[in-house]
Amino acid sequence: MMAEELARTHDETEPGAPAAELGKPESSLPDAVGMPLLRIEGVVKAFGGVRAVDGVSLDIRAGEFLALLGPSGCGKTTLLRMLAGFETPDEGRMLLNGRDIAQVLPHERPVNMMFQNYALFPHLSVRDNIAFGLKRAGLSRAEIKDRVAEMVALVKLKGLEKRRPDQLSGGQRQRVALARSLARCPQLLLLDEPLAALDKKLRESTQAELMEVQRRLGMTFIIVTHDQDEAMTVADRIGVMNAGRLAQLATPRQLYEAPRSRWIAEFVGDINVFEGKIEARETSRLTVATRDAGTLAVVEPRDAIGKANVAVAIRPEKLKLSRQGPAVDVASAHAVNRLEGVISDVSYLGGTTSYKVKLDSGAVVRASMSNTTRLDVDAYGLGQRVVVWFTPDDCVMLDQ
Amino acid sequence: MSARAIFTRPARLAAIVPYLWMVLFFLVPFGFVMKISLSQTAIAQPPYTPAFDLTAGLAAIGDALAALSLDNFRLLISDDLYLLSYLRSLFVAVVSTGILLLIGYPIAYGMARLPRRWQGIAMMLVIVPFWTSFLIRIYAWINILQHDGLLNRVLLALHLVSQPVVWLSTESAMYLGIIYSYLPFMILPLYATLAKMDRALEEAAADLGASPFKVFWLVTFPLSLPGVAAGVLLCFIPIVGEFVIPDLLAGSNALMIGQTLWLEFFTNKDWPVASAAAVFLLVLLLIPLLVYDRLQRRQFEEVK
Ligand SMILES: Nc1ncnc2c1ncn2[C@@H]1O[C@H](COP(=O)(O)OP(=O)(O)O)[C@@H](O)[C@H]1O
Ligand SMILES: [Mg+2]
Repeated sequence: MMAEELARTHDETEPGAPAAELGKPESSLPDAVGMPLLRIEGVVKAFGGVRAVDGVSLDIRAGEFLALLGPSGCGKTTLLRMLAGFETPDEGRMLLNGRDIAQVLPHERPVNMMFQNYALFPHLSVRDNIAFGLKRAGLSRAEIKDRVAEMVALVKLKGLEKRRPDQLSGGQRQRVALARSLARCPQLLLLDEPLAALDKKLRESTQAELMEVQRRLGMTFIIVTHDQDEAMTVADRIGVMNAGRLAQLATPRQLYEAPRSRWIAEFVGDINVFEGKIEARETSRLTVATRDAGTLAVVEPRDAIGKANVAVAIRPEKLKLSRQGPAVDVASAHAVNRLEGVISDVSYLGGTTSYKVKLDSGAVVRASMSNTTRLDVDAYGLGQRVVVWFTPDDCVMLDQ
Repeated sequence: MSARAIFTRPARLAAIVPYLWMVLFFLVPFGFVMKISLSQTAIAQPPYTPAFDLTAGLAAIGDALAALSLDNFRLLISDDLYLLSYLRSLFVAVVSTGILLLIGYPIAYGMARLPRRWQGIAMMLVIVPFWTSFLIRIYAWINILQHDGLLNRVLLALHLVSQPVVWLSTESAMYLGIIYSYLPFMILPLYATLAKMDRALEEAAADLGASPFKVFWLVTFPLSLPGVAAGVLLCFIPIVGEFVIPDLLAGSNALMIGQTLWLEFFTNKDWPVASAAAVFLLVLLLIPLLVYDRLQRRQFEEVK
């Protein structure tokens, strides 16, 4: 069948085809060997009856960069604070190199934290801030001096050693905080929204620097953020948290292309969702009758869906638009999933243009297209009739 | 009328009020005291000469000015009654302020660490004594400390002593009274500083390997120094000039400068010497204030 061929071609043309990565069981560690550096087992923390962290379990390999992503109030900071020792879990274990650290006092843990508002000591100079942890570790004067110089060079703060925190810019303060938390070479570095206070440009360059530092020092980082672009940029794996639970722990690609639930699909990125009922099962192909988009063909998901009521989800950039009329192009004419509608909204965003298409069923879908040419020859206008089409492979099947 | 004019005129008037207040109730009276301190004692009404008579003409005023002298200040220096009073006042103030800091700091620290909703109640408890007049509270202490007072009765009943102990008119009673009276003035500024301190700083210190004691000594305490300075000044300065507490609770062998002043003024009717002693006391108390001001200014400049 032509459509199937097309679908396959589409997959093959996509660089770094996801099929292999998406097929892996996601909770396993990439290249896992033996003991993880940190194992969190069923950790629970309640504040006055409300479970801020509700049974979180995860493993982190040494050298990994893990992001905890979730909406505000979902328990990210609480989880991090338990790892740092500022909160004691009500239930569960936290094994660092096999040792349960749940009851170890903060100053005795080989873990350091970079605080959300940096928490720099206002009465100490940049140098003394960075040296603070080294002095507590009982290093000699010469060692401290060398290490501070090394850290100052690493975060590019040369010449500012004598300044006080209030004489620094936001970006510089952020660097001091990073240097201070790295100075002791912790086995695990916790970063609580380390870039939230920076403006966009600075945040992006700092993300690159964070990754560079992490790779160079071979340390293990856990970063908390509510910014999904940031999580995707810096992290090897992302743990998505919702209401105290770990909703999914996966690579950025898995998370985006194979979200495990509708909530995750809608939280990470933009997505169109069509609710419907499974009508027929062929080999590796399901037919779903939807209310808003007619009958859709979808690939069978890896984890078989038990219920008949499902949601078919598809990302806006995976919807293709074509002009309607006599010169209907071959691809759209033979596409399995083919909808028609009228452009109801156009937002030009620079690299992409985002369209809203009002389908004939009345439902509105979002489609986004790369602006691959300077001139607007490919653009669609408001009110224009278009065909919206997509392949079965690009759909994700979810529980309603 | 422009909006600016509407807003600036009352604003300017409001800014003048504190200056007016200072001039009227501090500078003018201080001028009188200063003038009396340069006069001679006399058996008259008022009990000093010269007395300015503005109706007597310029020549008379000139004579009066010429009659002013620094004799009283010379007397202050030459008679060690005054010197000893000043020294005793300073000594009592230093010791009391030290004890107040030692007692007040842990209380303020504990208050600042209470759950939010308890902090208001703790604050009320600190302030509640102010609802009763200070004098009444000191008289209550006399009642407690006297020969057959509450303290001795309790001690006797518990068989801790076989004879009533002399508490009243001792140094201990005076220090007790001072510390009792001034404790809120030490606690409140300390509490204000500690309560608004960012707890994340202490967590950061612990995170970097500081033991709880080091966290306190290297982070909490240095950052609470502005509160310490405010509390110390708020206690030290009035204690130096304290009169009522030593007069009612201490023995009569050594006098604080406030008592000496009172003696000169009311018993000896020597207004000029009393005034000179007061002027000197004021100058003495300006020193810690100036030091405090300098420190604050330096801190401010460092920030810039
Ligand atoms: N010390 C605390 N006392 C009471 N409730 C808390 C405390 N810390 C966090 N919480 C609650 O726990 C939940 C999770 O908070 P937090 O971990 O800070 O979320 P996030 O960092 O993901 O925004 C929130 O509902 C918050 O109000
Ligand atoms: Mg948070």
